[in-house]
Order: sequence, then structure tokens, then C-alpha cells
Amino acid sequence: MLGIPDLSISLAYILCVASALLCLVYGIVMWNKGGGDAEEVEIEEEAKWQEKENLIDEKL
Amino acid sequence: MVVKIIIVVIYLGVVGYLGFLGYKNTKTTKDYLIGGRKIHPAVMALSYGATFISTSAIVGFGGSAGVFGFSLLWLTFLNIFLGVFIAFVVFGKRTRKMGHNMEAHTFPEFLGKRYNSKFIQKFAGAVIFLFMPVYTAAVMIGASKFIEGSLNIPYDIALFVFAAIVAAYVFFGGLKGVMYSDAFQGTIMFVGMSILIVAIYSKLGGVTAAHQKLTDLFSNPAIADQIKGLQGGGFQGWTSMPELFSKYWWIVVSSITMGVGIGVLAQPQLAVRFMTVKSDRELNRAIPIGGIFILLMTGVAFLVGSLSNVLFFQESGQIAVVAAKGTDGIIPLFLNNFMPEWFVSVFLVVLLAAGMSTISSQLHAVGTAVGRDLFNTEGKTEKKAMLISRLGVLVAIVFTVFLAYWLPTVWDGAIAISTGLFFGLCGAAFLPMYFAALFSKKISKVAAISGMLSGFSASMLWMMFFHSKESVVLKVCDLIFKKPMLVADGVLQFVDPIVISLTLSILVTVIVAAATKSKYEEKHIDVCFKGIGK
Repeated sequence: MLGIPDLSISLAYILCVASALLCLVYGIVMWNKGGGDAEEVEIEEEAKWQEKENLIDEKL
Repeated sequence: MVVKIIIVVIYLGVVGYLGFLGYKNTKTTKDYLIGGRKIHPAVMALSYGATFISTSAIVGFGGSAGVFGFSLLWLTFLNIFLGVFIAFVVFGKRTRKMGHNMEAHTFPEFLGKRYNSKFIQKFAGAVIFLFMPVYTAAVMIGASKFIEGSLNIPYDIALFVFAAIVAAYVFFGGLKGVMYSDAFQGTIMFVGMSILIVAIYSKLGGVTAAHQKLTDLFSNPAIADQIKGLQGGGFQGWTSMPELFSKYWWIVVSSITMGVGIGVLAQPQLAVRFMTVKSDRELNRAIPIGGIFILLMTGVAFLVGSLSNVLFFQESGQIAVVAAKGTDGIIPLFLNNFMPEWFVSVFLVVLLAAGMSTISSQLHAVGTAVGRDLFNTEGKTEKKAMLISRLGVLVAIVFTVFLAYWLPTVWDGAIAISTGLFFGLCGAAFLPMYFAALFSKKISKVAAISGMLSGFSASMLWMMFFHSKESVVLKVCDLIFKKPMLVADGVLQFVDPIVISLTLSILVTVIVAAATKSKYEEKHIDVCFKGIGK
């Protein structure tokens, strides 16, 4: 297959391309996921950072 | 030559500007250590990839593919599947969340806080401080030698200028400076390698035709004499695996594929990147870029290294390793002989970028290990804590430059050996405890520490007394037993440390975990695992 006589090598070749495609498909499918209910926590955390950062700015 | 210099100067100008941008946007320790946790997914992915792949991965391993052939594609597969997909989906998401929950800023701090152990943090910090510079120095030697060869600048000056530039943007720019410039460097690598793969396949008449030519070359009687030595090691052609359990099989499977492919999961300079983004969404978006980037880097380097045999044979009747007089010369000679001159200049920048992006992240990791993990910065003001981190980076740079001067005088072939050494060491010492930290609420501190120490010591002992690649140069075995390695017959000397040490550290971690009880308060576990596994 693909000009490669050893099956374990052509398998590696195909798996390389397949796993890169897996990464691509996973990324596209999950593009907008993972923000979800973390969003609220994030806003809260972001506010905390901002507070800290303001404090540091003041000190500097 | 003028074109080369102009391209390099433009490139360095952009890198300098990005370092300055990082500096301007670095106000807090959090910015300096983890980019303020607000890094863009594309920047994160390219930075991860560019850090992962160094000059030695392209030139060194690409050259090895000139000998071992397509069997190295198994490493590319592991790099993409384990190094990107599993690393991001399985390890990355939890690392990000947990690191966030515990307010961890470095990989040792992450482990230390999770196990509530200053010892773990300091031990991990010490391993990074002591061993990472050897790996960094190796990348630096490779890059400086390359500059010496292609721009005709003396090695000492090349090394000094190169180190000064990287040092400046790591020192001032922190992780933001490092990641911005990584992303730029990653983009250059992306473009350069894409051109390369299209060029070689079209030169050889397409994908299948190219592979077929490489397959046929093995049975060509004209090269019979040249491959005789290789066949003694188990070589069966560039498109076949080496003979099962032969010397080459052990090198390809245990050292190259497993050593580098698995070790990557517990690399401190990579793991810390998961903590630089604010939600899982950024990690999800980084995965496609990461996967395709790695395919284009190691995949292309290995294909080109192998296929160059056909072109070298057509030109001179010699196989790649014979024509280039050694594996390290294969990729440079291939570029000079078969690619147009303008591309050689562009590729010089690709390789500089590959080296710089890896070194900058390594220096950052060493510096933060000193500034944050070995010294206690708690209770210090933000300004002071950042100063300590920056001083740490400075110490790391001086140490690395010293090694880069000194190592080539005592250690031939330092590049490949020290890369494998660091990957293997990190994998064996940290992987089981890192995995358990993320997935087990019941693991005890004792189990984590026993696993870490057994993996670390097994790795060191195997390198000093059994694995010939390291034991010959470390000379400890020679000093004590008056022979280069304990068992010289058979294939034992080719079995990579990671096979032994990782197996041992997994076993020790599991057994001790089963025998001991976790003494962590529920509150500690709740804080660590907050928002995980819902």
C-alpha cells in the first residue's frame, strides 16, 4: 500500500495522517464547547484577577 | 550570502519586537510565569508545537530517518496522538483547571501543591534546574553550529549572539514574550516544512511513486556494499521495520519512539502551557493547529530524511548517510544539493526559529524553577517575586552558555544523547505521579514520592551502567567497574532507560498507593478537583 511493502510501516503512515485529522475534527466539533458553565466561574475569577491587578498597579 | 543575512536580520528584528511586546504587557508575576492565563489558543498551540520541535528534531532526527527510514513515523504518530491529542484532551484540561484551582504557576509548583509537599516541588525544581540546561545547551550547540556553517561566523561568536538574543526576550518578556515569539517562529516553521514536503514528493513523481522508488532502492545491487553494515544491525530497507529485537529495532522502538514519544507527556516546559489559557474552549481550539503542526514538522522531516536516499543515489550513486558522511549532515546536504538557493536561506531561518523557540521556553522553565520552586517567594511583594524569577532566568542562561561552550569539547554527539536523557528522566520521574495527581483522589503523598524517586534513580542508574549511549560518555561505569557498560553482550545495552524506569515507577506508584492511605483532608481534595469530572 502507498508503495510501502511492510504493513506496519504503512499503518504508521496512515495513523500519522489519521491522528492529525482526528485533532482537526475534534477541534472543529468542540470549537465552542468548554466555555459552558465554566463561563460563570470565569467571570468571577476574572473579576478577582482584575482586582488583584488593580492592587498591583496601585502599588507599582 | 547577502540575502541570507538580510533574511536573518529581518527575522531577528521581528522576534525582538515580539519580546518587547511581551515586556510591555508583563506587569505581574502571573504574567511573567504563565502569561496571565489569557493566551490566545492559536498562539498557545503554535508555541506548544514550536517548543516541542527543536532544531535537533528536524536535523538530528530527520537525519536518523535517512538511516532508519519510515519506521520513525511511529514516533510522529505518538507525537501527534500522545503529544497533542491525549496531552491536550486528557492531561491538558485537568491540568489547566487544577492548576487554576490551586493557583499554581509552574509545573513543580503544580505537583507540590497537589500533593501538599514542598519536597516534591523542590525536587522537581532541582531536576529541572540541573538537567534541563544540558538539554538546552544541546539545542544551543546545534543552532550555533548551524549558524557557524551557513553564515561563516565563528562558533563562539554565533553562540554568544544567539544566547544574548534569546536571553533578552526571555528575561524581559517572560512567558508572554516567549509565547508570542514562539508563535511567530512556529508560523515560519509551518511554511518552510510545507514547501519542503511538496517539493520532495513532486521531485519524485508523487506520493506512491516516491515510496516505491525508496522501496526499490533497497534491492538495488548498486548499493549492496553500502548497506552491508546497516543490515548487520537489523536493517531491512527504508520502508520496512528493522528485524524484530535486533539492535536497530531496540533503538527505533525503545529509544526513539518510546523515549521521546512518551516522555513528552511530562515535560515541564510543555505542561506549563496548559495553565496559560483561561478555559477548555481555548484548548479545544488549539488541538487542530497542534496536530497538523506536528505532522508537518516531524512527519515531513522523517519523510524527507528517508526519501533523500533516492535523490542522493540518483545524483551520486550513494545512499544518504554515505553521501553526507554521517546522519547529522543529511538534511543540510539535502537542502544544499536539491533545493533552490532562496529556500536554503528561508530554511536557515526555519531552523533558527526551531532552536530559539525551544531554548526560550527551556530557559523560562529553568528560571522559574529557580525563582519560584527552589526559593520560597511566598509573602514577597509582586515586584520582588518577579525579580527573583528574572534572576533565575539569568542564572539559567549563564549556566547553559557555559555548558554550550564546554560540552562540545568533552562530549561528541551531545545533541541527541542529552535530548533523550532529559525526556526519559522527566517521563520516568514525573509521569506516573502527574497522571495520578490528575485522576486519583485517593493517592497518597508517600506513593507519589516513592514513584518519583524510583523512576528518577532507575533512570540514572540505567544510564550510568547499562544503556551504552549514555554510559560510555558518562564514564561512571568505567570508573567503578573498568568497563563502559555492565552487560556488553546482547541487546540489553540498547534498551532505553525509559522502558525500565517508567515501568518501575508505575509499579512502585501503584503498589505503594495500594498499601498506604491518603492522609489528605477532604477540603484539600475538593479544592484541587473543583469543577473537574462533572
